Amino acid sequence: MFENEQKEKLKPEYFDRPETRKKLWVLLWGFCIFSVIAEIFVHRHGHFGAEGSNSIDGWLGFYAFLGFLSCLALILIAKFLGLFLKKRPDYYDDRHQ
Amino acid sequence: MIAINELPPGLILIVGALFVPLLKGHLRNLFVILLPVLGFYYIYQLESNALVTLPFLKYELTILRVDKLSKAFGYIFTLSAFAAFIYGYYERRSTQFVAALMYVGSSLGVIFAGDLFTLYICWESMAVTSVYLILARKTEKSMAAGIRYLLVHIFGGLVLLAGIVMTVHQSGSIAFNSFATVNPGTVLILIGFLINAAAFPFSTWLPDSYPEATAMGGVILSAYTSKTAVYALIRGFPGWEILVFAGCLMAIYGIIYALLENDMRRILGYSIINQVGFMVCAVGIGSTLALNGAVAHAFTHIAYKALLWMSAGAVLYRVGKSKCTELGGLYQTMPWSLIFGAIGALSISSVPLTSGYTSKTIILLAAENEHLVWVWLILEIASAGVFLHAGIKFPYFVFFGKDSGLRPKETDKSMLIGMGILAFICIYLGCFPGILYDILPDTELVKSYMPHTFGDIYIGNFAHVVTQLQLLLFSGLVFFLFLPLLKRTDTISIDIDWIYRKGGGLFYRIVDRGLNGINDIADKILVAGLTATIAAFVRNAPAQILYAVLTPIWVISGVGEADRAIRKQKLFDAISQNTLPIGLAAAIGVLLLGGLFFL
Repeated sequence: MFENEQKEKLKPEYFDRPETRKKLWVLLWGFCIFSVIAEIFVHRHGHFGAEGSNSIDGWLGFYAFLGFLSCLALILIAKFLGLFLKKRPDYYDDRHQ
Repeated sequence: MIAINELPPGLILIVGALFVPLLKGHLRNLFVILLPVLGFYYIYQLESNALVTLPFLKYELTILRVDKLSKAFGYIFTLSAFAAFIYGYYERRSTQFVAALMYVGSSLGVIFAGDLFTLYICWESMAVTSVYLILARKTEKSMAAGIRYLLVHIFGGLVLLAGIVMTVHQSGSIAFNSFATVNPGTVLILIGFLINAAAFPFSTWLPDSYPEATAMGGVILSAYTSKTAVYALIRGFPGWEILVFAGCLMAIYGIIYALLENDMRRILGYSIINQVGFMVCAVGIGSTLALNGAVAHAFTHIAYKALLWMSAGAVLYRVGKSKCTELGGLYQTMPWSLIFGAIGALSISSVPLTSGYTSKTIILLAAENEHLVWVWLILEIASAGVFLHAGIKFPYFVFFGKDSGLRPKETDKSMLIGMGILAFICIYLGCFPGILYDILPDTELVKSYMPHTFGDIYIGNFAHVVTQLQLLLFSGLVFFLFLPLLKRTDTISIDIDWIYRKGGGLFYRIVDRGLNGINDIADKILVAGLTATIAAFVRNAPAQILYAVLTPIWVISGVGEADRAIRKQKLFDAISQNTLPIGLAAAIGVLLLGGLFFL
């Protein structure tokens, strides 16, 4: 009984448990896939390029690609720029030097 | 004489601020909350198209110009102040309340000003009063940041003033309407506005100073300066193409820096720049739909951005830390701050059912209608990026992420009520944006383009909901897939402010090395070199000349080499000691005079 309580206390909080994290990953992938599948069933037409479903933003999963690629690019650009731009927090505190 | 109902609404807050120090405790704090409510009602009952003028020198100042554009900004300015003062109920000192009321009052002064002079006075007053919200933190960093903030705004104000003087001189009118021609005067005014809008490269004052403000100060600051500038751009520079580029640049720049940043409130500071970028871009597109989109987005942005600052402020208030590297795992003990912060985060990301979804869409639609492919694409990319940095990064690293072990109490009730009000506005406007569209300058036009009932938006236009969710979900997927790349580092990022923060020192060193170097070289060449040479020449010249004349004589008369050296030494000694025999000296004198005569 007492041992069980100890274990309960040592157990990480809900969002830090591995099983919760696994569930959240499944949910995330699930929603992603669902959002693309749902697109098949809605009537949608793009605006740029050729008319109707041939327009660039009318392609199936266009927004999924756009979101994925642009965010990846932004992260990589930021990471690259970080090599030059990131400084120690006391970078500006050199008043006494 | 001006009647009581013809006064500018900003005066309610400014005059009210003067009474704040006379009151104490709960009474004072309740009085402060009441003032924006009065302001809101006063603005509501103002008749559109009203104009109130006041003679000043040879001009007529328009201290009150009411139309739907100014009223829309007036509503959200007072509403946001109301929520912020409830949030700031914990505050026990009058200073911040007085400064904040004067600041909000001045910004209302700008919104309702019909001429450039009134606009300028209120514009400067905003800078001077708002700095106290930064200085009130009373840390060494906040003091330095406050001074930098003030300097940048004084510079911006001077640019604006120069532009106003030139424009008034040229046109003879002080009226503030849209500027049609590009000339040095209007360009300076535009730059003055853009400095306050935090447009790149005049942007760094914002993420430099706001994060150093107090918890309540940050909330207040986040709303007014940049949005007043957006208002001024809508009024003065609709359709100026340069703003499209400026806006797109701001949108992307804000994201990149927010991704690099470690301080939670600095992340939010950069995301203000990103969001204002959408509005500036819309002003640049300039179609009626785009301008209405800018107003709508400014309205919803003030609410959700203040909400985000409140959530971050609550964390700062409780744990006194704001670096992501020192935070994490706070969801366990501050769930309400998390929930409200998350509502703000979802709204800024334009998630369906939140206010960002019903306002940003107008701007994107306007770009689409004008067939601006690249602008539209950049704004879509920026929309995805917003979710990345403000939508997920902020709540994730503060409330989840690696557990920091901090277990602070949930924040004050007053703070939660303030957050609750804004969270309600965010969700309500996401579901029923009709009320927002009603206060826009061109309601009918916006409603003809945009679905505005719940059914139309989320059922009739389900396709857009799906594509928006796709964009955001895959952005979220990238965040979690590449989480190691986003690892927090205890760093700051150098930005344009490097020029005046480090550049000042660098300038000093360059001037120091440069000018002192020239000084050294000049000293070596002129003082030590040339002067000494001349002095030595003058001292030795007579002896040298004599020696040169005598040497051939000595050689002819057969004086030996050793003897010659002795004689030379004697000659030099005699001249340097002025012990030359008088006869010889006289002979030299005659020779010299003779030489001069021939010359």
